[in-house]
Amino acid sequence: MPDATPPLAAPDTATLPKPIIRVRDLVVGFGDKIILDGLSLDVMAGEILGFVGGSGTGKSVLTRTILGLIEKRAGHISVFGQDLDEMPDAERRKLEKRWGVMFQHGALFSSLTVAQNIQVPMREYLDLSPAMMNDLAALKIQMVGLKSDAGEKYPSELSGGMIKRAALARALALDPEIVFLDEPTSGLDPIGAAEFDILIRTLQQTLGLTVFMVTHDLDSLASACDRIAALADRKVVAVGSLSEMVASTHPWVKSYFRGERALARLKG
Amino acid sequence: MPQTIASPGFEISRDGERAVIALGGEWTLDHGRRLESLAEQLPISLGEVRRAVLDISGIQRLDTLGARLIDQLSHELGSEGVSVELAHARREHATLLEAVRARTAVVARPPRSWLIEILADIGRTVVFAGQDLVRGVSFIGEVVIAIGRALIRPQRFRWAALINQLEQIAFRGAPIIILITFLVGCIVAQQGIFQLRRFGATAFVVDLVGIITLRELALLLCAIMVAGRSGSAFTAEIGSMKMREEIDALRVMGLNPVDVLVVPRILALIIAMPILTFLASMAGLFGAGLTAWFYGGIAPETFVARLQSVINYRHFSVGLIKAPFMAIVIGAIACIEGMNVKGSAESLGQQVTASVVKAIFMVIVVDGLFAMFFASIRF
Repeated sequence: MPDATPPLAAPDTATLPKPIIRVRDLVVGFGDKIILDGLSLDVMAGEILGFVGGSGTGKSVLTRTILGLIEKRAGHISVFGQDLDEMPDAERRKLEKRWGVMFQHGALFSSLTVAQNIQVPMREYLDLSPAMMNDLAALKIQMVGLKSDAGEKYPSELSGGMIKRAALARALALDPEIVFLDEPTSGLDPIGAAEFDILIRTLQQTLGLTVFMVTHDLDSLASACDRIAALADRKVVAVGSLSEMVASTHPWVKSYFRGERALARLKG
Repeated sequence: MPQTIASPGFEISRDGERAVIALGGEWTLDHGRRLESLAEQLPISLGEVRRAVLDISGIQRLDTLGARLIDQLSHELGSEGVSVELAHARREHATLLEAVRARTAVVARPPRSWLIEILADIGRTVVFAGQDLVRGVSFIGEVVIAIGRALIRPQRFRWAALINQLEQIAFRGAPIIILITFLVGCIVAQQGIFQLRRFGATAFVVDLVGIITLRELALLLCAIMVAGRSGSAFTAEIGSMKMREEIDALRVMGLNPVDVLVVPRILALIIAMPILTFLASMAGLFGAGLTAWFYGGIAPETFVARLQSVINYRHFSVGLIKAPFMAIVIGAIACIEGMNVKGSAESLGQQVTASVVKAIFMVIVVDGLFAMFFASIRF
């Protein structure tokens, strides 16, 4: 490993830019179809990275590969400076405590209440009194902007926006350092989506999170993200701020960021 | 991680009525209960003071648990009349503490007494049982109307669905049902021969097996297998469609879910059950014949001749007459339970279990009623 990242004990270094997730020459495919081919990407500690790409180009595939849900064919992924392939199982479990995932459709356990959903990882990994777990679950529920009585509801009783918030609360259950968000604002109305963007921003600043956000939402990209990475032709074709994206010459990036909707948004 | 974990701790230094509490180490979730008991201990070791300064500059890492505990601590001390002041908080720690402070703890509802819980449970069950009955009757009514509609306009009937269900229920279900009744036929014949031999009445095993198989055994085994195989499948299919709002999608397209999902299934069951019962009867008799031959020494031609003289059309038809009624019982229960599935995976499991258990129970109850009915009309 060329990158000898210092141990993460000192929290002050979190503000300095250093890659917390490092993907190199990643190849992922199903059968004879190659989805990602030679993809490289760095996610810096303490940033919100927005990841864009056309539908079906493999945005979720990258997330799921980093999370270990999909096998990769080639390439290296390191998280917190450790290569995932060289990591023993025990280390891997420890790593899983340090990231939280919010799935696109929530993936809340349907037979558990929202509060119980949040407590699932707590019960698994932490030694806490039941009273404290209830208290922390209630705190997380309020932090994501849900009413406190939402904790006793089942996922089937929640609206789409509430499911997103509950899923975010569960992703934050263990106070992770990295949060993966898969299309956090899809299916929300513009006001709800804007609130969600602000929520992510606030939580990121309060809890010192690194956020990897797969999104389609131009508003999210403009208002919540520090940097944007664009996926096209099976690899990351452009990385940078919104203005760098607009200046990009890649045809897909151009049509995405200089389309009518994008221009209307950027002017406004 | 190759990092040294600094245990959380505190140090108290006193200066008259004022105490400085220096917190240090990692106040994070990793320290869980240790941190909790630490926070409980602190006010005790603090003793009587008027003013307390919480110096949190020594805290290396802080997360929501730590922040929550510090917040609770200052609340607790405050309620004891100590004026608490937070000092030397790092910027990021201050933000987190601020975020935690803004939220008030929710008071958990006190649990009800177990006696009330039990009584409430019993009451709820009784009410649900009553509702079940009413719903069952109204559902069968709905199905009858839907079948009537299908008869009036057969061109709108879903033939493909019916054929598909027939394949699933009858064609794919037949082998296992035939095998089971064959084996049970063997067992009943063996037991019969074993007991009757003592009276020198081995030949009567043909009467025993013939009547019991045709009137009861084949039908009951069939109904139980169909409830387990097809009833559970109906409940799971309809239930998962309900969960994903597919039933609602049908409704808004102007399609009646009873027409689309229930009628083809129940009709398929009504057609399949007599067929399966007939196959099961034959398999049972065949098994009994084989056992009688090899175990009881009754030659096949003797077995068949005796069967012919004992069994008349009535015995044969009793089983077949009951079959469609069992089909309606199983189908209606399975579909009702499927429609009752709520949003969760757990509820799906509960309804499938309920569907199979209720169907088997009702099959046996209905069989008992038929036994009384046929006895009283001497059929």
